[in-house]
Amino acid sequence: MVPVEYYITLSAILFSIGALGVLSRRNPLIIFMSIELMLNAANLAFVAFARVYETFSGQIFVFFVIAVAAAEVAVGLALIVEIFKSKKNINIDEMNSLKG
Amino acid sequence: MNSELIVFLVLSLVAIATALGMLLSKNAVYSALFLVLNFVTVAIFYLLLGAPFLAMSQITVYAGAIMVLFLFVIMLLGAENLKPSNSLPWQKPLAILLSVILGVEAIYLLLARSRSALNVTAPDAALNTMDSLRNMAETLFSQFLLPFEVTSILLLVAMVGAIVLSRAEKGAAK
Repeated sequence: MVPVEYYITLSAILFSIGALGVLSRRNPLIIFMSIELMLNAANLAFVAFARVYETFSGQIFVFFVIAVAAAEVAVGLALIVEIFKSKKNINIDEMNSLKG
Repeated sequence: MNSELIVFLVLSLVAIATALGMLLSKNAVYSALFLVLNFVTVAIFYLLLGAPFLAMSQITVYAGAIMVLFLFVIMLLGAENLKPSNSLPWQKPLAILLSVILGVEAIYLLLARSRSALNVTAPDAALNTMDSLRNMAETLFSQFLLPFEVTSILLLVAMVGAIVLSRAEKGAAK
């Protein structure tokens, strides 16, 4: 058997790596992937606690998180494609105006 | 050292290594493929934690749908290799410092406040049957019925939003 602390520690490490990606990379697609990584780390903690306390609520929250992540990716990638069409570039440094 | 702990440690090494590979690789396509591997390891963790339905939806939704969408957009935009810019030279060291602080703090707080008696035992074969799925569905459709319906509206809004964003504007096409 595995102590639940191990799962939570792994979840915290993955979350920190995702936060590092958001803070340090300039490619908006990589930033999006880091956000997905952070959502996954949170999901892992949810499922670990759901297993320990033997309830289904945690698993159902993960279900909702997956749905929200799918919606977020659909809208976010559409935004990135639209920014690329108007600026011919998706470098984060050059996205400094709201009006294209 | 039981077998379950060995499986956990090996898988967590794979998970951390693929997350770092996603972060560090220069090519965005490699990042996406590393992230697919990371999602698959997390799905195996879900199986170890007795959530077979979530493991399968993790693979179909995340590793399947979402990452294929990512790869499509990366290849459509040709954004595999962006030139490194140096407009903020102090950004990277500061980012590393802040995320190390975040990680240490999170681990310390979670471990300092945890009750050490909680253990995760591997699910026996009885848990990976239709019964657990049926129980989960009963919880979802009774206790969480309203959030479930709200999620369907959220997905509809996202779909309409993506269509509106990617449609050519009427005025701009002259």
